Amino acid sequence: MHTRLHLKTYLLIGIMVIAGPIGNLLIAKAMKQTGPIKYWPPSELLHVFLKVFGGLTIWAGIACLIAFIVSFMLALSLADYSYVQPAAAFSYVMIALLGVFVLGETVSPLHWAGIAVICLGVSFIRGTPPRTTENLD
Amino acid sequence: MIIVVGTGGELCLGRAMKQTGELEKFRPGAVLSLLGRALRVKWIWIGVAMMAAAFFSLLLLLSFEDVSFVFPVTALSYLVGALGGIFFLGERVSWQRWVGIALVCVGVTLVVIGK
Repeated sequence: MHTRLHLKTYLLIGIMVIAGPIGNLLIAKAMKQTGPIKYWPPSELLHVFLKVFGGLTIWAGIACLIAFIVSFMLALSLADYSYVQPAAAFSYVMIALLGVFVLGETVSPLHWAGIAVICLGVSFIRGTPPRTTENLD
Repeated sequence: MIIVVGTGGELCLGRAMKQTGELEKFRPGAVLSLLGRALRVKWIWIGVAMMAAAFFSLLLLLSFEDVSFVFPVTALSYLVGALGGIFFLGERVSWQRWVGIALVCVGVTLVVIGK
């Protein structure tokens, strides 16, 4: 029973950690493709709107972010907020890996050090019981 | 403000999900019925509204401030989140969890500085 709670929570946090950064990346990409935004006249804004939402990238990004928030909600139904929130910081590892392998960015040693500290922190949090409360009414 | 509102919104979401009850099985039907029940809890809507407000304020802030100025504050959200978990959700944060949260804060700060 307890291990199943852990497994479900890990799985959901895993989805958050993967879907969140990919969603943000896709949305950033979609916004960059549109180029600089002119706010005036208003018809220009409509043009930008159509350009952004006419592409597939933004919808893929939105789908990822929906997957993120749904997994977040489901994870919170199982585990403490003070467990899920810091554990989801594992996404920084994903962001760095995405940066290196997908975008071909270089990651500084200090950045890697930060990632190592985050991993250490998450492993401490993993050692605590995921839920310390009963369901509220 | 963004930290408090954003984290506050997530905490409301946490409260709503604790009220909704836990996910029993990983079946689409079970997931949908849980989400359906969750949408009837008022805290969800408060939470979603606050998260949306924080998201748009962040976008606004990013449009006139540098990213490096804005993001050190993300580390603080873990501290605010833990305090909110304790006082708003009644969670017990053990010393071990505190150590983990502190390490995550340090790590996130290093990541931001290292960029």
